[in-house]
Amino acid sequence: MTVLLSTILTLSLLGILSAVILYFVAQKFKVEEDPRIDEVEKMLPGANCGGCGFAGCRGMADALVANDDISALYCPVGGAEAMKGIASYLGKVAPEKEPAVATVRCGGVCAKRPRTNEYNGTKSCAMAAAFYVGETACAYGCLGYGDCVEACAFDAIKVNPETGIAEVDAEKCTACGACVKACPKRIIELRKKWPKNRAVYVSCVSKDKGAVTMKACKAGCIGCGKCAKVCAFDAIKIEVGVAYIDSQKCKLCRKCVNECPTGAIVLKGMDPLPKEPKTPAAKPAAPAEKPATPAAKPADAVAKPAEAAKNESVNEQK
Amino acid sequence: MANKFIVATAPHMHSPESTQSLMRHVLIALVPAFAVSAVVYGLDAFRVTAIAVASCVAVEFLIQKFLFGGKQTVSNLSAVVTGVLLAFNLPADIAWWIVVIGAVVAIGVAKMTFGGLGRNPFNPALVGRVFLLIAYPVQMTSFPKPVHPDYIDAFAGATPLAALKSKAIAAGDANLLDMLSGMMPGSMGEIAAAALLAGGIYMIWRKVITWHIPVAVLGSMAAFAFFVALLQGGVSALLYELPAFHLLAGGAMLGAIFMATDYVTSPMTPKGMIIYGIGIGVITMIIRLWGAYPEGMSFAILLMNAVAPLINKYVKPRRFGMMTKK
Amino acid sequence: MKTFPIGGVHPSDNKKWSCQKPIEALELPDIVNIPLAQHIGAPATAVVAKGDKVLTGQLIAEATGFMSANIHSPISGTVSAVDMQLNAQGLRQMMITIKREGDEWMPEIDRSAEVVRECTLEPAEIIAKIKAAGIVGMGGATFPTHVKLSVPDGCKAEYLIINGVECEPYLTSDHRTMLERGEELLVGVEILKRALKVEKAVVGVENNKPDVIASLRKKAAEGGFDVVIEPLKVQYPQGGEKQLIAAITGREVPPPPGLPIHVGAVVCNASTTVAVYEAVQKNKPLIERVVTITGKEIKEPRNLLTRMGTPISKLVEKAGGLPEGDVKVVNGGPMMGRAMVCLDSPVTKGCSGVSVYSGSEAHRVEPSACIKCAKCVAACPMSLEPYLISKLAKKQMWERLEEEHITDCIECGCCQFTCPAGIALLDYVRMGKQTVMGIIRARAAANAPKK
Repeated sequence: MTVLLSTILTLSLLGILSAVILYFVAQKFKVEEDPRIDEVEKMLPGANCGGCGFAGCRGMADALVANDDISALYCPVGGAEAMKGIASYLGKVAPEKEPAVATVRCGGVCAKRPRTNEYNGTKSCAMAAAFYVGETACAYGCLGYGDCVEACAFDAIKVNPETGIAEVDAEKCTACGACVKACPKRIIELRKKWPKNRAVYVSCVSKDKGAVTMKACKAGCIGCGKCAKVCAFDAIKIEVGVAYIDSQKCKLCRKCVNECPTGAIVLKGMDPLPKEPKTPAAKPAAPAEKPATPAAKPADAVAKPAEAAKNESVNEQK
Repeated sequence: MANKFIVATAPHMHSPESTQSLMRHVLIALVPAFAVSAVVYGLDAFRVTAIAVASCVAVEFLIQKFLFGGKQTVSNLSAVVTGVLLAFNLPADIAWWIVVIGAVVAIGVAKMTFGGLGRNPFNPALVGRVFLLIAYPVQMTSFPKPVHPDYIDAFAGATPLAALKSKAIAAGDANLLDMLSGMMPGSMGEIAAAALLAGGIYMIWRKVITWHIPVAVLGSMAAFAFFVALLQGGVSALLYELPAFHLLAGGAMLGAIFMATDYVTSPMTPKGMIIYGIGIGVITMIIRLWGAYPEGMSFAILLMNAVAPLINKYVKPRRFGMMTKK
Repeated sequence: MKTFPIGGVHPSDNKKWSCQKPIEALELPDIVNIPLAQHIGAPATAVVAKGDKVLTGQLIAEATGFMSANIHSPISGTVSAVDMQLNAQGLRQMMITIKREGDEWMPEIDRSAEVVRECTLEPAEIIAKIKAAGIVGMGGATFPTHVKLSVPDGCKAEYLIINGVECEPYLTSDHRTMLERGEELLVGVEILKRALKVEKAVVGVENNKPDVIASLRKKAAEGGFDVVIEPLKVQYPQGGEKQLIAAITGREVPPPPGLPIHVGAVVCNASTTVAVYEAVQKNKPLIERVVTITGKEIKEPRNLLTRMGTPISKLVEKAGGLPEGDVKVVNGGPMMGRAMVCLDSPVTKGCSGVSVYSGSEAHRVEPSACIKCAKCVAACPMSLEPYLISKLAKKQMWERLEEEHITDCIECGCCQFTCPAGIALLDYVRMGKQTVMGIIRARAAANAPKK
């Protein structure tokens, strides 16, 4: 009996002693935190994708609570809605940002961009890009080893095994920008997200001269400038041999799509304009020559190198 | 184009060695010890080894096929090595189902649970062995008498270490030549120190292992035993008899040469390997001399396995160009 | 026998195919492309334009700053373009294209075969001549030689080490050069000794070239050259500058930014030394070099004296063409060479050989799981832990990588060569090293005092 009693006593004493010690230690090392941080963190999506620039949602929540002006902070995943909710909870002004979607700007599918060699090294875009041109002759195109896929936390980007090019699932994409950072060729861009995933963009970033681009890839932008000429909204710029459509200025009028001789301008979520442009264009001087069909005939395009195309456009402007 | 150009970064050459070839060398190195146990224990040696290898390979194959998916890894022979080593750690007359349980624990629990080859923190064969030792202590510690006609029962049926522990014999009583050639009771593969040594030399010659771990383990064991003998007021004979006894008895050789040198669970740098080896040697001797079990090799190796990542983290090689002396 | 202290591997050297083939001159190409960046440092600046007539040996591009090198025309003819052309990696690079018309040399170049030993020039004059001739390290690193010979203040050169190791498997261009042009080499050593004001000169040769060791020793004794011919135990990467210095002097070059001169050593490749001889004694700029073309399936492996800018395809043709099927054509040897995608790309100053691999040799081994065998750690000549740094690089843990001395890596490839699991260790290490070096440079730039 005494054994039992003493055991119970010792153990209870030990327990109480430990509890007291733990209590004081907990008091001493208590970290005072703004309870709102927890709340804000709950309102964030919790993906910890790093799209906001912080390591995780906790860091973002910290910053949202700490800063009075939160206009520079934006969660691309939660989007405007989440930001509005958080702002109203904290009594701050929510930043306005329109939705965006990651866009892979390369149309060099296997059929249009012949493989010239086989890469036998580690399957990583960063490594292949640091070493050489890639499996095709185009030094600017998608390598297809999927660094972007690795970077994506939302399973929104995949490399299509048939085309060898990364493709974005616009429904899943949160525009966090991780793939943009991961792509060593800087092919992926965050572009304005239209309803129904409509989009018009130049699916090529090749800075090579037209003839060189043409040789490497039949879907490349040769920088001929026809698209820029028909654009009524000044949305298209030709820089170092490649056209770029500013998604902020573009109104999805689709005129440029029909102009492109190589089919480098991609149209998504909409039907193309009728092939014979009947509606009077914004510019009265309609192209004198027969407009190129969007279904580009490669043979035609090869016969007409970029230089010639450029000269033509200059002449027409006169 | 008639040619397809293959492109990759340097180096464009690879040594002929592969995981499989290394494992094959280990198996070759185990052949002499197996031969001795076959002579000493007869057909039982074949029976236990075959069951152990077959069940290890089967467990790995099934787990890889139905749980992991992906490429089958059995062909790298590592499961075969584990099977042989597990068999070497068992008494020759053990029941077949105990061997199978050991294999399931070794491969299924100790290896594949962590992700398969290269990821296991503990030596699979030893985990299997220790599990069996705790689960089936009677079967695991009753060793059959060697069937060889030349065998003279000097240890009263026990292993030399057990006999020493129970004070049935003194270290000086043992016939070192018998112990060297495997004429003693014990686990199947641990008995023939000479054969194991030959395997070790083969592996060092084929550059499968480096000398660091075996030398550190055996050296520290011998040194420890020497000092113990010295402290016990040992006379000149005991000063070499005790170290020699401990090096030859039990699993010292098998452990030092084949178990402690397991790639996955040992440190990466030569300096780390020596620290690891000394740790094993010292812990083994402490268990043997003052512990409850007569043999401590398995426990010592498993304990040091746990420390290996820490050694990797803190023991760095001297980098080229960081000369200590001018 | 001497060798370097840490790590190393023993790949089969496969020199047997070409080491008995004497050097022969390749027919002059009709057209050459000469890249402006053939060396470490700033690319040279073209001083000719389209339509200009040039003579063989005429300066066509001038060094841009100190850390750069002159480039001379390897043939006589007309400049047809100064434009971007494809290089061996399929990328575009600035090159001067010259169409050949005959082979008319600059008049001041002495083309006789007679060996001129007398040299009374001052060190500064020698270095100026080397600089003018556009000589760079011909072992592959292409470090401008005049920079190497300009010993910085506070340092003193004690050893001149001539790198005749040629540890890279397959290649035999240095081997043949040392054998056939031993006397020129020894005069080159004397000139370099004079330029550096050093007493001790050592030629390091691996003992898989006993013919070279014997012939150089004989020539040195006959000609009264004060130079030691040091046989070295065969081990890769002995030809690495740091490894060679350690093998010969026992001194270890400190990690970057440590330089060989900090331990009193200057290392010069054997072919480069012959080029130095030609530049100083014969006024001949670096316009041609010996290129080995070899491979298991190559019909006629050769050592070809080739003008710079010659398309690699010409050499391949001369050696009997490529084998059928999958091939890997590598500019350099198998351990450090770069695989090519474009055979029209030119021979450059650092191209000591072209090695060709076919069939299964052209492919890497299939990687499997790391078994932590520690062979990479044992093989690393810089005593790094490749298994660890490649893993950290994969996880992009740059700070840890810096702590693990990733910048010490010399990219010799021993780790990947030796890995039984066939893991592409060096791929990750190389990428990690590049990133960490970038971070270090950025930090240095940020910390530099702003003016």
